[in-house]
Amino acid sequence: MAEIIIDVSGVWFSFNGQPVLQDVDLKVERGDFLVVIGPNGGGKTTLLKLMLGLLEPGRGAVRVFGRPPRKAAHRIGYVPQNVHINKTFPVSVIDVVLMGRLRTGRGWSGHSRQDRLAARAVLEQLGVWALHDRRIGDLSGGQLQRVFIARALVSKPEVLFLDEAMASIDTQSRSDFYEVLSELNRTVTIVAVSHDMMILSSHVKSVACVNRDLHYHGSGEITQEMLDAAYRCPVDLVAHGVPHRVLCRHEDSQDG
Amino acid sequence: MVEALQLEFMRNALAAGILASLVCGVIGTLVVVNRIVFLAGGIAHAAYGGIGLAFFMGWPYVAGTTGFSLLAAGVMAVVTLKAKHRADAVIGVIWAVGMAAGVILLDLTPGYNVDLMSYLFGSILAVPVSDLWQMGVVSAGVIAIVTWYYNDFLAMSYDDEFARLRNVPVTFLYCLLLGMIAVAVVMIIRVVGLILVIALLTIPPFIAEKFTGSLRAMMVISSVLSCLFTLTGLWLSYLLNLTSGATIILVAAGGFLLSAVWGRLKTMGRPDPIQEAPNSK
Repeated sequence: MAEIIIDVSGVWFSFNGQPVLQDVDLKVERGDFLVVIGPNGGGKTTLLKLMLGLLEPGRGAVRVFGRPPRKAAHRIGYVPQNVHINKTFPVSVIDVVLMGRLRTGRGWSGHSRQDRLAARAVLEQLGVWALHDRRIGDLSGGQLQRVFIARALVSKPEVLFLDEAMASIDTQSRSDFYEVLSELNRTVTIVAVSHDMMILSSHVKSVACVNRDLHYHGSGEITQEMLDAAYRCPVDLVAHGVPHRVLCRHEDSQDG
Repeated sequence: MVEALQLEFMRNALAAGILASLVCGVIGTLVVVNRIVFLAGGIAHAAYGGIGLAFFMGWPYVAGTTGFSLLAAGVMAVVTLKAKHRADAVIGVIWAVGMAAGVILLDLTPGYNVDLMSYLFGSILAVPVSDLWQMGVVSAGVIAIVTWYYNDFLAMSYDDEFARLRNVPVTFLYCLLLGMIAVAVVMIIRVVGLILVIALLTIPPFIAEKFTGSLRAMMVISSVLSCLFTLTGLWLSYLLNLTSGATIILVAAGGFLLSAVWGRLKTMGRPDPIQEAPNSK
């Protein structure tokens, strides 16, 4: 049994009186590649922000490495949904990646030689070192995505969160991107939020469907039954070209 | 211009213009990239209330106006952090109320008629040496703070959510930035007027942003452009006998127009942004 590094228990969250998440439980083991799917407005991103500590649950508790998420910030990497934010900003690729090395923010904010070496190493690992002095606005979606992953990885996190990572890149770059994630998953736990079923390629190890409540499956496959439960309406199951596996029933109740 | 420099008030005007340009280049860059131009304008106009209060109460100008501006900046900080979606409306209210309060307080001040125009467009040709010292201290302070927190400011300006996740004290930095705007604005208003403050805070950084690859370079280029506009404007106003503050703004506007045309011509001849890196998989 692997170590549980993220523990979401009995979490409720409301926004302007509207319940977004109800009694959500989720445990993520070290080394997992978890994909959180669900309809728009179903609470996927909210769940992610709770796990990052950007939001506080109304009820229940979120623990990352046994501590409140903000206290574990140095062990977490985060790739935001919209990498096209602020594209006209005058900043180079290397400076964006170095943001991932900022420490507590007290005192001198300069970067050390180690910071620069770490940034170079991670850009080389992702195959975009050649772009390090380019301005961020000159990059394509796929390149930007790698730069943002580099920014998340440069602090050597043990868990990597990705929010709608597929939204910013074209179809051509996607298969490359799965390879990158799969490679990373050998050393880093990955939690990815996506409304795109395509991410459920053979690399994914478990799936959670979120639509106010959460259905977890410890397998990289989803079933019609899971989708119906999560979306509360018939959804076409996308074929992944992965051999179908026999799934056990959800442990939690399905009455929503 | 050489014979003009023989005059002490002209030398002081030059020094004041250069110091104001330094501060405006650094602060203006942060204002533009954080998209808080309206907020900075609000602080500058609300400062007028501080001027009125200082004269009415008989307080020293710097103490009264700085206190009032910091208060306005504090209210704006709270509003923009807590109720982002209505922040622009509240800033508009503070903007107008600050100015109106200033005018009324000056009306009520017995035996003293302050020229409103001199605070709108400044009186750069009448800067006493004591003001230059104050501006020097403020410039040095602003540059020291921004240098110390440079990478934190960069992270906050580019992606504040990520900066928070890295435990960058975003709220503190934001308040610090608004505080620096307030202090800088008060210091510069007396010299160049609040309209010129806003022009120098926005026009040079907006031009510089298009031609630079880093925030630091943007600050340096903005400061240099500010100096260029201020000195050219001063020289023209001396030659043509025009109001100096307004001339400086029109010179800056001319520079802005030129840069826009040049930028357009440059992008027309350039191929599309690169699609893939040479060594990416």
